[in-house]
Amino acid sequence: MSEAIVELRSVTRVLQEVVPVTLVRDIDLTIHRGEFVSVTGPSGSGKSSLLYLLGLLDLPTSGHVLIDGEDTAGFSPDHLADIRLAKLGFVFQFHFLLPEFTVLHNVTLPMLRLGRLGEKEIRERGMSLLADFEIADQAKKRPEQLSGGQRQRVAVARALANDPPLILADEPTGNLDMRNSEIVQGIFARLAAEQGRTVIAVTHDKDFADSAPRNIHLVDGRIESDVKR
Amino acid sequence: MFWRVSIGIAAAQLSHRRRQTIVSTLGVALGVGFFVATSALMSGSEKDMVQRLVDNAPHITVKDEFRTAAPQPVFAAYPAGAVSLSNTKPREYLRGVKNHGAKVEEVSRQTGVIAASALTGTAIVRYAAKDVSAAIAGIDPEKERFLTTIEEDMRQGSLMRLRTASQGIVIGEGMAARLGLGMDDLATVVSPEGIVRRMKIVGLFRTGNLILDEGQVYMLLKDAQVLLDKPFVANRIRIKIADPDMAEEMAADLESRWGYRTESWQEVNRDFLGLFVVRNVITYSIVGAIMAVAAFGIFNIISTVVIEKRRDIAILMSMGFRGSDIQWVFLVQGVFVGMIGMVMGWMLGLVLLQMLGTVEMTVPGLMDKQKLPLEKGLFQFGVGGLFALVSAVAAAWIPARKASQVRPVDIIRGAT
Ligand SMILES: Nc1ncnc2c1ncn2[C@@H]1O[C@H](COP(=O)(O)OP(=O)(O)OP(=O)(O)O)[C@@H](O)[C@H]1O
Ligand SMILES: [Mg+2]
Repeated sequence: MSEAIVELRSVTRVLQEVVPVTLVRDIDLTIHRGEFVSVTGPSGSGKSSLLYLLGLLDLPTSGHVLIDGEDTAGFSPDHLADIRLAKLGFVFQFHFLLPEFTVLHNVTLPMLRLGRLGEKEIRERGMSLLADFEIADQAKKRPEQLSGGQRQRVAVARALANDPPLILADEPTGNLDMRNSEIVQGIFARLAAEQGRTVIAVTHDKDFADSAPRNIHLVDGRIESDVKR
Repeated sequence: MFWRVSIGIAAAQLSHRRRQTIVSTLGVALGVGFFVATSALMSGSEKDMVQRLVDNAPHITVKDEFRTAAPQPVFAAYPAGAVSLSNTKPREYLRGVKNHGAKVEEVSRQTGVIAASALTGTAIVRYAAKDVSAAIAGIDPEKERFLTTIEEDMRQGSLMRLRTASQGIVIGEGMAARLGLGMDDLATVVSPEGIVRRMKIVGLFRTGNLILDEGQVYMLLKDAQVLLDKPFVANRIRIKIADPDMAEEMAADLESRWGYRTESWQEVNRDFLGLFVVRNVITYSIVGAIMAVAAFGIFNIISTVVIEKRRDIAILMSMGFRGSDIQWVFLVQGVFVGMIGMVMGWMLGLVLLQMLGTVEMTVPGLMDKQKLPLEKGLFQFGVGGLFALVSAVAAAWIPARKASQVRPVDIIRGAT
């Protein structure tokens, strides 16, 4: 088996509300490079919470999160942001595109922030990402002029902008109809199989979950089963 | 390069909410525009007034008076003694500045200094059974034009004609009108000493100041000495110096050396100069208030944007934007509004100055209509612009800082 890309070691996350809420409890989990993992579980079981911890958006109350074998405990918010920028791509249930910008501009934002490519290359890469998802013709439109399925494909293109090794998706097909849902599912399968990326996708969709070689099932903030096929 | 992303996002957000942007920009523009106009007017009129004070009258006047009554000789003789005196009358000195000719010569040796002796007093000018009481000034016509601006105010004749005509006087148009006098007419001048002389009008002036125009009479020093029965006496030394700001210092120096009460133009006009301070405080307070309102406008719009854009902030941060990038996005919006407001304010200021420049008004105490004195300096524009930028950045700072402290997970957790 190849090396671990992200690893949780006895991670617990408690929200300090009036009554403290435990989101996830004592999770040990290792995800290797190139894996395609689906995360399932009843509503409120902590799937999203787990994803935010894996994606360095949230910090554990106790335990450690390792990215590429490096313990992120004590990293500054800026450092964590830099890791997210270069290594992670998020896709949420809602597309979260910026309404003021064109589709193409939305996709290029992470590349512009990273600043590794020149402006012309960034535009070309943005266009080719859009082309990969067959929405190149929508490049100049604003997000609100697109259909739900098209928007979600733009969000995936944006997540891939900086060519991150790890893609995290929270119910990416949750808001889509059957046809669009299948298209997006297909995209994720290809990301893992053809491009060798690591994909972790939370889903309620049984077909989608079954299409992944590995499935983690959460109940009450704990891993109930971790099945590899 | 990445900061250009922040600017790009800021620009997009501003242009997306064009109406609010324009309104808050206009707020800043109004502040800057009115600052430029009021401050040009205020400092213009201040300069104008001070210029008048400085030019119209000598910078320093030495008078034949003492600040405090002279002590009785017995006190000088026994400085430590227990001496008491009552019912004494101070000795009467012959009025006048002693050795005024030598003193004038002495101060005139300094570069840029013009000094002349003068004798002042009162007299009655009579003509055709009408009479007017007048302040007499016996002067040196060659030097008078450097000491005061009277020469510029001459409407007919001239001060220099005092030299050629014998027994000439120069009076104001107001007095001439009251007495029905014209050029070259002979008026009767009566002094308190009872001396009566017939003197010829050789010049008419009009300063706009009623007190002078109806009550001042100029003549040669020598004629005044005869009229007032004070041969060889002068009771004033009037001095003009190169740098008016040095007047106070020089006056103090002369007073300590000669003992005579010596007044600088600042001392004479102290209450007036104090008024300028009050005026400036008022101006800056009002403009400060306008700017504060404009700043609240900016604060308001940017706070609103920050709250409305919480989702976008969260998504940008989840993508890997740092808190400081986000802070820039909103600070830049404040700077945008401030800069555009500044430029628009400058234009508004120029328009206002143009309009104020055409206004004519009557100033109390002066008879002629006056154009508003405006100082159209870079200073006003610079300070107004600085005001705008500083208040815009300060106003944007707080919400921008707040935006940078957003924790994306809180928002994303709530949104999905
Ligand atoms: N802001 C919050 N305050 C209090 N409790 C919260 C908050 N957010 C989530 N929770 C609780 O944390 C637990 C885990 O939530 P999480 O969103 O991770 O579940 P999930 O598995 O993603 O559910 P879903 O399938 O509905 O998205 C739930 O019991 C939820 O009620
Ligand atoms: Mg969820």
